[in-house]
Formats: sequence, structure tokens, C-alpha cells
Amino acid sequence: MQILMFGWEFPPLVSGGLGTACFGMTRALTDLGHEIVFVLPRTDGDGKPSHVKLVSASGVAVPDLDLEEPSVFQGLSIRSVDSVLRPYLSKGRYRSLLSGSQGSRFLTISGDYGADLISEVVRYGRVAGVIARERPFDVIHAHDWMTVFAGIEARRISSRPLILHIHALEFDRSGENINQDIYDIERYGLEAADHVIAVSHYTKKTMIERYGIDPEKVTVVHNAVTRREAGGIYRVEKDPLQKVVLFLGRITFQKGPDYFIEAAAKVLQEMPEVTFIMAGAGDMMPRMVERVAELGIGSRFHFAGFLKGDDVERVFVLSDLYIMPSVSEPFGISPLEAMLYDVPVIISRQSGVSEVLQHALKVDFWDVHELAGKIMAVLKYPSLAAEMVERSREELKHIRWEHAAEKILNVYNTCLS
Amino acid sequence: MPALCLYFQVHQPCRLRHYTIFDVNHVHAYEDGGANLEILNKVADQCYLPANRIMLNLIRQHAGQFRIAFSISGILLDQIERHRPDVLESFQALVRTGSVELLCETYYHSLAFLFSLKEFKHQVMLHKKKIQSLFGQTPKTFCHTELIYNNDLAKVVEKMNFKTILAEGADRILAGRSCHALYRPAGCSKLKLLLRDYRFSDDIAFRYSDRKWPEYPLTARKFAGWLHRTDAAETVINLFMDYETFGEHQSQETGIFEFIKAFPAEILKHPDFCFQTPSEVAATFEPSLSLDIPDFLSWADEDRDLTAWLGNGMQTDAIQTLYKMEPQVYRRNSPQLMDTWRMLQTSDHFYYMCTKWSADGDVHQYFNPYPSPYDAYINYMNILDDFSRQLHKKPSSDKGCNP
Repeated sequence: MQILMFGWEFPPLVSGGLGTACFGMTRALTDLGHEIVFVLPRTDGDGKPSHVKLVSASGVAVPDLDLEEPSVFQGLSIRSVDSVLRPYLSKGRYRSLLSGSQGSRFLTISGDYGADLISEVVRYGRVAGVIARERPFDVIHAHDWMTVFAGIEARRISSRPLILHIHALEFDRSGENINQDIYDIERYGLEAADHVIAVSHYTKKTMIERYGIDPEKVTVVHNAVTRREAGGIYRVEKDPLQKVVLFLGRITFQKGPDYFIEAAAKVLQEMPEVTFIMAGAGDMMPRMVERVAELGIGSRFHFAGFLKGDDVERVFVLSDLYIMPSVSEPFGISPLEAMLYDVPVIISRQSGVSEVLQHALKVDFWDVHELAGKIMAVLKYPSLAAEMVERSREELKHIRWEHAAEKILNVYNTCLS
Repeated sequence: MPALCLYFQVHQPCRLRHYTIFDVNHVHAYEDGGANLEILNKVADQCYLPANRIMLNLIRQHAGQFRIAFSISGILLDQIERHRPDVLESFQALVRTGSVELLCETYYHSLAFLFSLKEFKHQVMLHKKKIQSLFGQTPKTFCHTELIYNNDLAKVVEKMNFKTILAEGADRILAGRSCHALYRPAGCSKLKLLLRDYRFSDDIAFRYSDRKWPEYPLTARKFAGWLHRTDAAETVINLFMDYETFGEHQSQETGIFEFIKAFPAEILKHPDFCFQTPSEVAATFEPSLSLDIPDFLSWADEDRDLTAWLGNGMQTDAIQTLYKMEPQVYRRNSPQLMDTWRMLQTSDHFYYMCTKWSADGDVHQYFNPYPSPYDAYINYMNILDDFSRQLHKKPSSDKGCNP
């Protein structure tokens, strides 16, 4: 089968779990003999061979015809709550959204998650039509709201079915303070798609309750994790008495870094020798640094910044326990990665990954007391950590992209028949 | 002519309260009184009372031909004495008919035999006395917690003057022999061994309401027909199961009560069949063969061994930590500490920590008040931590207990 995929991230251009998930899933699909053209906002052009054919939307020549306002925007009301940060998307505004390259037929798309994201998404959508005309394919598979316009435009050109794969929704990213534009684009895409894939039942439930989507239209396909290559394991000299507890993720509202800090303070009252590491970057970082100082736990609490490559591996190997206290996590691949390094994990119940993990400890994200108690239990009772790690190894064997790929293919086939 | 021997296990543990590390040194009450009472009331109303009423009627209706055995754990007897005297009375009424045998087990439904012989004997004697005082009957048959059994247990039980012992009729120990015979435990000279027919027993206990089972729905007539087809040369068919099967594991809506109401009459339609209690079977028949069972058996899961309670590092850690406290518990000589220590021995606490997620996983989950085995372990270890600190405190307030 030939698959036209639209995504916003793909390794090495990765800022979060989306790119990691796209990589794992496309590899499993191509291993089954399917061909994938993967359209990114831009590629870094290093020409590294990949299992998918990567296409950069940036720099694609768009004929004048395609610069007309497409029908996909009709009936879609996009308002703006913050016009400084978010551009309007109204009839008069449409042309100016394409102005990233005024007078040019080559649209520039950075692929960043900046203030100009919505206009980028619109430009990306325009290019989709061109790409869709250039090659034959059986299905269109679009990832998250950024690719909604692209997916719909490609369907308009090709009349092939559109599958929208949702890795995160606006409510996950922003809690109740949603960006109305993004919500509208999401709902528009969910309604327009021929079928929807959700990364968890948790996410499917949000689609039903917050977007009014027909449950029949949504299939849950849980993410998986790609096994690390053998031999890449870091050997770190580690003091067994020096216990390290890790948070690794964006330091944003969604990830619950504040709950991690509050729990750390409680633990340190009882076990003052424990070390806490917060790795990542994000808009809540300054407040978190302040809070750590306020609690007076700075000497046992380290901000490691945004880690890449080997440093991620090194910090996992150093850690005795991984915490994912997310407020709202559609899936959450990082606990699976921690488990690959034999690190026991505590995850919030408000996460999709908790649907597939039986050998992780689970807490409600707001229950700091319970989180602190469980952190101490893992550090204090070696039999607990040992059993979790041993069982997790077994469990990971069954969380495979191959299984996810099979479910995705079922969705394709249902849409095609 | 086979006798039909029915034994029902009646047991509810004392569930523990949610206990975090922050409670250690501050909270010394470990039981979840609310949950225990709620569950006791539910099981009493859905199972014990209606099932006892049916059993009493059946015994009267069949003029003593319908005979059954119960083993009621001490820890449950304590709970019903305190909270549900009506349930206790209904069991007493059953015993008064003379058609009911009460078996002996460890008072706290524990695994003490595996860790402390002294403690095991204590608990058996405690249970025996409890049965005598509440029911006026002296137990002659022993059944270990969850039908755990091996040669060593049989030898100890024989020395304690029991006449009969029960075990699981697991295929691996029978090696082709029948579970419908009476056996002599290896190394014993008087004790008689009855083996559970797990296929027939589980037809009722597990498969009865399973709509995917080809035999569904199981009627009393159909089931009696299967039993009647058993070889006439066989001695006894032992149907052992949890009493909570009736109305609790199998809810009233499944028709389980109608099934049991019709069952004795269907069985007795065959003139060669009769009901006997374990002691009556042992008094009527002599063992055909000696049975050598060096390794532990139980009736739990597909494995039928100890792995439901002692199958992972958390379980062995928890139970070893508990039994290591024995000398200190005795030294303190405080009835209250002793009672708490024993309550913590109930096998259910360790069962909740089981991480076997095979076909049996869902059965474990059904009985588990914790969201995961890890939570069960954490809770239990936090409590043990506090209990251990209590043990090592300088005895001050409970000095009076020292003679």
C-alpha cells in the first residue's frame, strides 16, 4: 500500500513524542512492505537515507491556482483569542497568511512551534495539494491538528480516504485555557476525516466529550516503543546508596512539573539524601526554579536543561526512578523509554500509557502525598523496584510498533472497502 | 458406589487500610474497618444468609441424606461474632442438624506452616477451640489454607490427632491415578487423604455462569448426570470450593441458588449415590494406596502450587519480614501485638501481591482491593515498618500483660 503521511516532526527534527511515534510507526509499516511518503514542514536536507521518503513542504512551488482560498476553509469559523500572538484567519486574512513568501510561489515553512504556527499550518496545507497531485497513493494519514488542512486538501485533490491520527488535543496542551483557533481546527479535522485514530482511550474519551465525535469513527491504537540498539547501553559508575529520581519532559503545564517538585519536598523531609533531577525546558521553568528555591531544596534538586542524544541515555542510566506526573497525557512514550533502561516508573493515571502498563505505579497527578509515598516506597524497598523492573521487561516485549501497525492497516482497509 | 463429599470454605480476611509511609510512627490501627464491614454485610446478605437458608432446607427436606462440611476461618468467625450474629446463628443452626461437619484450619487462614511450626500449631489449636466453643463440635478433619499440602504437613497433622486431611487432586501428583480414591499420605499410618476433583468442582465454582463454556447453561440434572456416570467402583467424589461461590462469585441472577436447591435431589435419584462428610468418608473406606507428595500443592490458579502467595520477590520479602518478628512478638507478650501480628499473617495479604498475569490474572484482580500488586506490597510493608517500630518500643503501657 502507498501511504501519504503528513506530520510536523520526524527524527532528527523532534521536539517531543510526536516525532518518535511517527518514526516507530512508519518503520513498522514499511517493514510490512508498505511505502510511505512523509511530508514535513521542512527537512534539514542532510540526505540521510530513511525508510520513508521525506518530502519538505517548504520550498515547493505552488501554482497560482492553488493560492486561491480553498473550499476547506468554508464553514470553518476561526476566531482568535489573542490577536497579538495568533493571526486571524478570515477571508481577508487568508492571503496574508501565505505571505511568508510574498509574491513568491515558494512558501516558506519553518516547522517551529512559534507564534506564527497557525499561518504555517495554513501554508503547509496549501503545499499538500501540490504534493498530492505529483504521486499516486492509496490513503492519506495525517498527524495532529497541524496537518489537518494538508490532509483535507490532499483528499480534495485525490479523493483518497483521510485518516486523522491524534497524538494530543488542545485540552491536553492547555488545560481549560484552550486556544480557540486550534480547537476549531481540531474539531474541523475530526469531523472531516474519514476515520480517526486516537493514541489512547483517554484521548478518545476527550474527542467524544469535548468535540462531540461519534465513538464509532474513532479507533484506539496505542503507541509503542522502539527498542534501543544493542551495545548502546551506558555504563555509569553509580553509588547504590545515592538515589536519583528523574523528571524528563517539557516543563509545561501539561507535564505537571509542579507536582514533581512538591512531592520532592515531601520526600526530602523524610529521606534527605535523595537527589531529584528535572530535565527539559519550557515556559514553566522560571516558576519551577523559584519554587525549588522557596522550598529550600535546591541542594538536592537539579535542573538539567534540555537533554539530547547520549545525555538522555546517561540520565536514564543514572536514575533509580522515573516520574511522569502529567496533568493530561494522551499517551506518553517516555515511561516506556525509561523502562528500556530498567528504571521503574510512576505515572499519572491521567495518561494514555497507563492503559497499557500494568507494572508501573500509578497516581492521580494532583495527589502529591500519594506520589511522595510511592517514591519513597520504591527507594526504600528493593524488592519492589526489582519486581517492577523484571515484569516491565516482559511487558515491553508486548508493546511493539508491529502490533500498532497492524491495527493501523486495519483502519486503512476499513476506509478503503 | 461413590459418595459425594461437599466441603465449602468460608473466609473473609481483615483488609488493611490505605497506609502510606507518612503514617508510619503515627497511625497504629491497620485494619480498614469500614471496608471490612461493608464487604462482610454484602457477602452475608448475598451469600451466607441465603445459602445457609437453602442448605438448612435441603438438609430437612432430605431427612439427613444431604450432608455437607464447612471450614470457617477464625478471622471470619471473629468478624461475624462482632458484627453479624445473625450469620453466626444461621451456621449454628446448620451444625445442630447433625448433617454438617466443621473442619479445622489455621485460625488466621495463614501460611504459618511454611515459616513457623510453632505458630502453625498455635493457630490450629486456636481454631479448634473456637469451633468447640461456638458450635460444640470437635473437628476431626484438617484442611490447610487454600488446600496447601505436602507430606510434611500430613505428618504434623496426624500427630495432632486429626483423622482426615484434604488436598488438591492435581494431575501431577496423581500420575494417572484417580482422585476418587482414598489415599494414605506418605509417612503416615492413620491419616486419610481426600483429593479434590478440580474438574467437577470448577464446573460449579468457575464455569457455571461462563456463557462461552460449551456446557453452558449447567443444570443440576446435567451435572448430576455427569457424576452418575462415574465408575461405580470409585469411592468418593470430592467437590471442594469457596462458599462464596453461591451468591457472590456466582451472583443470584446466574441461577446458582436454583442449581444448588435442585442438586441433592438429582444426585439422590441414583439409588447408589449418597452424600457424606469428609469424616464419614474416612470412617467408611480404607485407603487404597499411599501417596507421596513431597512438593507443596494448593488449589490456587493453574499452577496449583505456592506461587500465588510466594511467587515473587515482594511476596517472599514481605512474609519473611513478618515471620522474622516472631521472637520479638513473643518476647513482648502483649495480646494486642500478638493479635495484630497474626492478623497480618492472613494469606490474602500476600495473594494481593501476586504478579502472575496469566489466565489467572483476572481471578487475582477480582479479589484484590488494591489497584496493583505493587500497591498491595507498598501498603503492607509500610504497615510492617510501623509494626516493627511498635515491637521495638520500650514496653510501657502494656506491662500489665506480663504475668
